Amino acid sequence: MTYIDAIRDAQDHLLREDPSVFLYGQDIATFGGAFKATKGLAEAYPGRVFDAPISEDAMMGLAVGAGIEGMRPVIEMQFADFSSVGFNQIVNQAATHYYRTGVPVPLTVRLPSGGTPGSGPFHSQSMEAVYAHYPGLIVLTPATVSDAYHMLIDGVALDDPVIYCEHKFLYRWLKAKSIDKGEHLPIGHARIARAGKHATVVAYSAMVHEAVRAAERLLQDGWDIEVVDLRSVKPLDIDTVLASVARTGRLLALGEAFPWGGVTAEVVARVSAEGFHLLDAPPMRLNAHDTPVPYHPKLWAAHRPTPESICDALRRLLAI
Amino acid sequence: MQSPAESEADALKAVAAGAGGTLSCGVLMNESAAHAANLALDREFLRKAYLAMLRARILENKLSSLYKAGKIVGGVYLGRGQEAVSAALGSALEPGRDVYAPLIRDQAGRTAFGEPLLDCTRTYLGSVKGPMRGRDGNIHRGHPAQGMPVMISHLGAQVSVVAGMLFARRLKGRIDGVVGATTIGDGATSTGAFHEGLNLAAIERLPMVVVVANNQFAYSTPNARQFACADLVERARGYGVGGLSVDGTDLLACASVIGEAVRRARTGAGPQLVVARLLRLTGHGEHDDASYVPDHIRGDHYGRDCLDVATRQLIETGATNQEEIDAWREQSIEEVRAAVAKAQREPAPDPYRESWAALASRFAVPDSSPTARDSATAATPAPATP
Repeated sequence: MTYIDAIRDAQDHLLREDPSVFLYGQDIATFGGAFKATKGLAEAYPGRVFDAPISEDAMMGLAVGAGIEGMRPVIEMQFADFSSVGFNQIVNQAATHYYRTGVPVPLTVRLPSGGTPGSGPFHSQSMEAVYAHYPGLIVLTPATVSDAYHMLIDGVALDDPVIYCEHKFLYRWLKAKSIDKGEHLPIGHARIARAGKHATVVAYSAMVHEAVRAAERLLQDGWDIEVVDLRSVKPLDIDTVLASVARTGRLLALGEAFPWGGVTAEVVARVSAEGFHLLDAPPMRLNAHDTPVPYHPKLWAAHRPTPESICDALRRLLAI
Repeated sequence: MQSPAESEADALKAVAAGAGGTLSCGVLMNESAAHAANLALDREFLRKAYLAMLRARILENKLSSLYKAGKIVGGVYLGRGQEAVSAALGSALEPGRDVYAPLIRDQAGRTAFGEPLLDCTRTYLGSVKGPMRGRDGNIHRGHPAQGMPVMISHLGAQVSVVAGMLFARRLKGRIDGVVGATTIGDGATSTGAFHEGLNLAAIERLPMVVVVANNQFAYSTPNARQFACADLVERARGYGVGGLSVDGTDLLACASVIGEAVRRARTGAGPQLVVARLLRLTGHGEHDDASYVPDHIRGDHYGRDCLDVATRQLIETGATNQEEIDAWREQSIEEVRAAVAKAQREPAPDPYRESWAALASRFAVPDSSPTARDSATAATPAPATP
């Protein structure tokens, strides 16, 4: 089972189990979605899966209205990048609604996120930091097949607007033999993706796998790197991060998004403020370059952190 | 797109064709056509709408005084000159069944739809007992779970929210006989949100009415800098929705045309766009003297006061008389006085008791950002700025 199979199966489960769930997005009905995340669902659940016009603002407005009425819409943005057109409805309408009115708007926005070779500046963005900045939103960044499944189901069950960032690079590359559909880690808990003792890499989404790869390489040099998978960037489980830093004394915050501000800056800020005494070296960040995401595969591969650049960063961190 | 099957619609069309012309997808009604259709107007409807106009005017005059006396923090936004349009829409909707998303100048519509005066005075005066509990103010108020969503300041944004509420009701099998309505201004028709929302509503053929109160100025910007079509109602054809025009200073015309738009939406004719022509008889807010409105516009037909027109119309049609109007006025003054006094006696929100929680969800591992923790114990609330 692949990461995108898990997303499809989670939506299948949601439609089957919860009559208040419906799916709304561009090309998601008969066509099954640009990435086939809704393949077959329109046929299996007539009147529950709808094609939307190319109107991200109105799609989100519709979701807010439906949420007010007690439905649980799941909105597919064709690419995370295009959610900028629906930004106003997400951050001003959906995110403020519960605080202002006391009426929750349970809606989920699926954002096919992150870069893939050749996708270019407008089909590659990582928007999690932008949405996490706004009060009133929950931002999920699953890195595993199991989390892709469970966090979508658990996210839809929340009464708040959920931004579900699914990484396109993981869609078909990441596989699991099967998903344990029983007990699983709830939203709000980070996970130790790889245990280690010399340094902590805090990552999320596809970067978890790059971090683990880097850790395997450094093992040959005798370094044992711990990798924390945040799972959700909001809420941010800083306790698990601090506990890891307490074990290792060193922190590298790793993200695929643009470098100014963002999740890695938040992690470093909080660890510096709350765990300064735990650090044996200045905390480090590694992000993408401060440019739009480039088109050419060679540029793209060098724009985001790679196992090589992660290893370099860790070696510098470990040398201090 | 629109089926002309309804006999009443045909009758209206026939009247309109003689005087104002038609659009293929809807009816363009001019004033005389509207008056002709008034013959069957419900007397009780007019009395309800008129009383809402009167109460709104008296309430808003009081709000203006309170603002000028420094008793209201933030802006005060009045609907003076727009009460006929607003009250006609609010009166045509049924609280508890319909959806009504009022905008900035809809005190009359809110009152007609059943919003208590206290909602207004509590929200403007910052009572913690108001529907927004001090977390939002002035015209940003409502009861979303009871069919009255709360506006945000970003114009055009409520169109798709109302569409979503109707979409949800259709999915739940509770759409029969329901109408969702919202009001916007001429300026908001320039937004992408308006376009996206109305287009979506048209695709889904939702029972929706969008009333454009074209008050000729978006803040200070005149129509000529806002759109280039001859009349905004022409856009209805492009969206495939019904389009109706009305003189927004004429309560009888508003009651007839907006009532017809609501009836059509309710009976399956799909979204209706009503464009009401009028003039805002006040600034954008009470901080604004509207000195940008030229005298010749103030002095033309649309510069007349819709409340004066309505008073004359209701007396002429025998829907009420001067004596009753005087009694309504006295009663409204007393109700406004009581609503202001009650809100003023109520406590303001207490920052120490504020939850500072923007999420409904609670997590086992709380996201304890240092900023949030600091603000929970913040000593000094921000000073009030007028």
